[in-house]
Amino acid sequence: MKVLVPVKQVPDTATQVKIGGDPRAIDTTGITWIVSPYDEFAVEEALRIKEKRGTGEVVVVSLGPERVKEALRSCLAMGAERAVHVNEPAWESADTLTTARALAAVIKQEQPVIVLFGRQAIDDDMGAVGVQVAELLGWPCASWIMEAAISGDGTSVRVGRQVEGGLEVFELPLPCVLTAQKGLNEPRYPTLKGIMGAKKKEIKDVKAADLGLAADGAQLTVVTLEALPPRPPGRIIPGEAGEAVKELVRALREDAKAI
Amino acid sequence: MANAFWCVVEDDRAGRPKKANAEVLGEAARLAAQTGGQAEAVWLTDKAEADGLGHLAEWGAERIWLLEAPGLAPYRGEVWTPVLAELAGKEQPKAILGAVTSRLRELMARLAARLGVGLSADSVAFDFREGTLVATRPVYAGKLLSKVSWAKAPWLATLRPNVFKPRDLLAGRAPVVERPAVTIPQPTMAFVERREEVSTGLPELTEAEIVVSGGRGLKGPENFVILEELAKVLGAAVGASRAAVDAGWRPHRFQIGQTGRTISPKLYMGFGISGAIQHLAGMRTSKIIVAVNKDPEAPIFKIADYGIVGDLFEIAPLLTQEFKRLLEK
Ligand SMILES: Cc1cc2nc3c(=O)[nH]c(=O)nc-3n(C[C@H](O)[C@H](O)[C@H](O)COP(=O)(O)OP(=O)(O)OC[C@H]3O[C@@H](n4cnc5c(N)ncnc54)[C@H](O)[C@@H]3O)c2cc1C
Repeated sequence: MKVLVPVKQVPDTATQVKIGGDPRAIDTTGITWIVSPYDEFAVEEALRIKEKRGTGEVVVVSLGPERVKEALRSCLAMGAERAVHVNEPAWESADTLTTARALAAVIKQEQPVIVLFGRQAIDDDMGAVGVQVAELLGWPCASWIMEAAISGDGTSVRVGRQVEGGLEVFELPLPCVLTAQKGLNEPRYPTLKGIMGAKKKEIKDVKAADLGLAADGAQLTVVTLEALPPRPPGRIIPGEAGEAVKELVRALREDAKAI
Repeated sequence: MANAFWCVVEDDRAGRPKKANAEVLGEAARLAAQTGGQAEAVWLTDKAEADGLGHLAEWGAERIWLLEAPGLAPYRGEVWTPVLAELAGKEQPKAILGAVTSRLRELMARLAARLGVGLSADSVAFDFREGTLVATRPVYAGKLLSKVSWAKAPWLATLRPNVFKPRDLLAGRAPVVERPAVTIPQPTMAFVERREEVSTGLPELTEAEIVVSGGRGLKGPENFVILEELAKVLGAAVGASRAAVDAGWRPHRFQIGQTGRTISPKLYMGFGISGAIQHLAGMRTSKIIVAVNKDPEAPIFKIADYGIVGDLFEIAPLLTQEFKRLLEK
């Protein structure tokens, strides 16, 4: 069973992000890059599907500049078989739809039976690409899944998706698109053997032309990035507990009008 | 109406629109007023309560597109998307907006792909620049704000709950309801079951106006009772940091932050939470932030409006008492 996992390379949340010389993008100097955390749940689930069935292949795909090969390598080190790098300079500032079109084209070539995304990337927090790929391919899709079980005959998958107030369970025919929510599994760490082995695995470069696509413009563009407006300075309420609590409640009621 | 700003209605699955629609309609009306358009509601449902239509009108919908058919429940993106796309194709609205909920964040992304337009997810503000809509959305764990704009209409966006102001109620207005014929495509996804969460009797985290939240400082699952008592008095929801969730003290659905829920209540109160950047990512747009932590250097104090340096086991019960006294008056 072939499972394809698109992953995104994003700045580690702990690193400082600063607006760059071009105010539509961040300054990338000194940034530590990681695989977006939700994508790790997707990679883990793909590996578990393969291991449980005893056969199959996990292919990871990413869009972006040369450095995204590091992200692909860490997925290969976790246990994916091979990687595809959509290495197209014209798509450096791709929006979700352009990204989805590129990924849909890769999926048409690769013909996996399941495509597993993370629920959203933690840089732009858009959470749209997986769903958009499903629409472009005309496939069913379940987002924010917390559990997944493939039927014995390998033709469908039963998933539980997180919704307000509960979990909705659906059975989807394959092929389909799923997006992973935290809680689906615990991603593994790559082993030393995995890391060594990953160096020998294939990362195939593809361009827009290889996918039969024109490098078209984005539908949604960043006009500018801005720093957060500073919050008004806060107030530490002094005094012993009883006094402080009384004053806090008064302030919330009378000054902040929050109660 | 070609200048219409649509609000895709989010209902409670029992035929009643949720209050988040009031916020979306309020913003839709504000924006529409600047382009000579109007706010309209589009409601996909298997069964609409008549009251619901009245509420939508009161909240500002000049017209309601009611798409009612048994095949629309439960929600499936593959069914709703073509239905909504067909109506949008005929009516050519200027913008299609919806609250951030599990259904709508998926539906709007899918619709954007079908219509070949951009989507601004989880938006927190809108304005116009040279006649084109510009949306503001938090990015990089809420550390920066990104202003985005569309290459063409319709402008699709989802709106973070609790951020936008509803307009004043237009009481007693009779709704204009259109019931266009709908063709419901055959779904491929089969609904199996819905597993309800055990009700806490408290409001849903993303909808609550007040959220009381606990972290590793609570020391164990049994101590969340202290926060639940406070929450009951305030009609608040109880949330948690990832540390508390990963320790197994609370189920994941209560987690606030980058890998949890994003909330924007009127009042957020954090107890025994350090305020790591990933936690702030989920609650930074709260209107008033209160922090109780025994460490005066805890980063949460940097964004708190009010802070008490002290032991939560002493402070939280005192707060419960004090609020009880005040609210019972
Ligand atoms: C990829 C990634 C994603 C993440 N996503 C999230 C997320 O979504 N949400 C999230 O919350 N975190 C997230 N984290 C984790 C985050 O970095 C922090 O580890 C976590 O938020 C810490 O939780 P905490 O503040 O409860 O615990 P701690 O950091 O241990 O802080 C506990 C605090 O309690 C105080 N305290 C202890 N006892 C008392 C007492 N008796 N009275 C008062 N105060 C007391 C201490 O002074 C301390 O400040 C993520 C991390 C990563 C790497």
